[in-house]
Amino acid sequence: MEGAMLADAKIRTESGTESGPRVSGCSLRHFACEQNLLSRPDGSASFLQGDTSVLAGVYGPAEVKVSKEIFNKATLEVILRPKIGLPGVAEKSRERLIRNTCEAVVLGTLHPRTSITVVLQVVSDAGSLLACCLNASCMALVDAGVPMRALFCGVTCALNSDGTLVLDPTAKQEKEARAVLTFALDSVERKLLMSTTKGLYSDAELQQCLAAAQAASQHVFHFYRESLQRRYSKS
Amino acid sequence: MKETPLSNCERRFLLRAIEEKKRLDGRQTYDYRNIKISFGTDYGCCVVELGKTRVLGQVSCELVSPKLNRATEGILFFNLELSQMAAPAFEPGRQSDLLVKLNRLLERCLRNSKCIDTESLCVVAGEKVWQIRVDLHLLNHDGNIIDAASIAAIVALCHFRRPDVSVQGDEVTLYTPEERDPVPLSIHHLPICVSFAFFQQGTYLLVDPNEREERVMDGLLVIAMNKHREICTIQSSGGIMLLKDQVLRCSKIAGVKVLEITELIQKALENDQKVRKEGGKFGFAESIASQRITAFKMEKAPIDTSDVEEKAEEIIAEAEPPSEVVSNPVLWTPGTAQIGEGLENSWGDLEDSAKEEEDVDGTDGAVILGSTKMDTGVEVSNIGSQDAPIVLSDSEEEEMIILEPDKNPKKIRTQTISAKQEKAPSKKPVKKRKKKRAAN
Repeated sequence: MEGAMLADAKIRTESGTESGPRVSGCSLRHFACEQNLLSRPDGSASFLQGDTSVLAGVYGPAEVKVSKEIFNKATLEVILRPKIGLPGVAEKSRERLIRNTCEAVVLGTLHPRTSITVVLQVVSDAGSLLACCLNASCMALVDAGVPMRALFCGVTCALNSDGTLVLDPTAKQEKEARAVLTFALDSVERKLLMSTTKGLYSDAELQQCLAAAQAASQHVFHFYRESLQRRYSKS
Repeated sequence: MKETPLSNCERRFLLRAIEEKKRLDGRQTYDYRNIKISFGTDYGCCVVELGKTRVLGQVSCELVSPKLNRATEGILFFNLELSQMAAPAFEPGRQSDLLVKLNRLLERCLRNSKCIDTESLCVVAGEKVWQIRVDLHLLNHDGNIIDAASIAAIVALCHFRRPDVSVQGDEVTLYTPEERDPVPLSIHHLPICVSFAFFQQGTYLLVDPNEREERVMDGLLVIAMNKHREICTIQSSGGIMLLKDQVLRCSKIAGVKVLEITELIQKALENDQKVRKEGGKFGFAESIASQRITAFKMEKAPIDTSDVEEKAEEIIAEAEPPSEVVSNPVLWTPGTAQIGEGLENSWGDLEDSAKEEEDVDGTDGAVILGSTKMDTGVEVSNIGSQDAPIVLSDSEEEEMIILEPDKNPKKIRTQTISAKQEKAPSKKPVKKRKKKRAAN
């Protein structure tokens, strides 16, 4: 608990000048991703955004329980495990958001009567957790070789009380923000797959955040591409 | 998802290899797999890798009131979770036998050995003590969970810092990390579990069995020991009889292994502390091996969001204004309200159409009835006689009689009969053919 606070203090010192003039000076924290690091799941990925880190494992397409079987498509399941204690309502709600996003892009009809299970483990939470979960699950699905219509990424925006926009906020920035908006975007048309918001904002601000998220998604997809290029390179 | 069963030939192969003193991963009998310890940015967070087995440990603390019979002692709580990520056979939210066994063993190893000074966790006797919670998540299961979990637990406890508190009279002050440096827990010794797998009723012994070896083993002996060669707990499971010599030999091996592991833990802790002190980079991002082909890093990326406002304005300008139909709520009865116009009930339509159909039928029947009205009285006896063949045959008229509602059974009967009478000349041959087919 106090460890998280300490981490925040450290972040603030290194990126304390983020609340500059209105909608400028936005940046994504440093990204890191490692795929295929677990031996048991069919696909796995660890995704880091700054100090936020999520580990994802994917099983599938695999055997499905008869009670969960869907005759014309794969059953998609998402399990999110918190770091401390047992999963609660917040985790269930996030699970649902991630599952809906995955369902929009995974071509489940190619594997009817099977199950695709995404298990997510929060390793450390320092802000933009849902976005990191989405990115980790996408990379793990790619690693597992699950057929998808498009890739997807998560971007979190925070609106401060003075109207400044912060992309990929830290836990402290999220706490101070007037509104926190998380979007999931697809890689083909850059269209919105999922959005969840907390707090008050105007329709103009929503559009601004969305446009900023689209700009940020380009960087994330670029990161995906380079990471996969490196992985499948010959050298 | 169920566990893939181990085939007989695989089992035989593994046992033969063990008989020949060979292990599939090229280790010797007493070798441990590589242990890697990495720390997160938070205090009390670590990942321990034992070969491919991976455990995430996190320690947290909370001020609670103590147990009644232990007024001056803090509370230690261990919770190992077998996540589905580790193996497909682990179901979420189910307390399997394995999980209960592992949790109990961990408690015995760490709590009952009194490696943490619980009295130092007391703030105000009988009122406020620290509850230290150790959460362990198995991330990948490749055998020997207990060793990896016990290492992760003790490393996380060593790494953990709790907030400083001060007591002045009745007032308890909790200091944030900025005000006062958090304090580490006082740890007396580091108990570490070492597992021994026995095969062929105790003839063969292996240290640190992997998942495959665990599946063919006959019994397991777990010895928890600290570097002073003090045994903290010992457990034999699987129902094998061990000789005194075997247990003594195992405890000797455990002593050596525990010494090695303790050194490694202390080195890892020192390294992390040094990096933190010097203000270098630490956390899981640094522990990713960047030379690996599967890993990739990207530095902080600035994003140009200068055109965001214009874009948003454009979209809003282009968008159609929202239709403003916000009518006042309609109150039907107290406690209910309706917003908007509301749509007509489509269910009512369905019923109507059904009624209409019935009506049509009714009129049809009536028309036919009209022609055969006079006969009904005579036909009643006829119905009985005609029923028998109808039951036997699978003609459509028969089904109709069964499916019609009870409202007007008589009418319909007469209707069908009359229809039969009308159709009789044309239908009879068909029926006969059908019967013949049935007979054939």
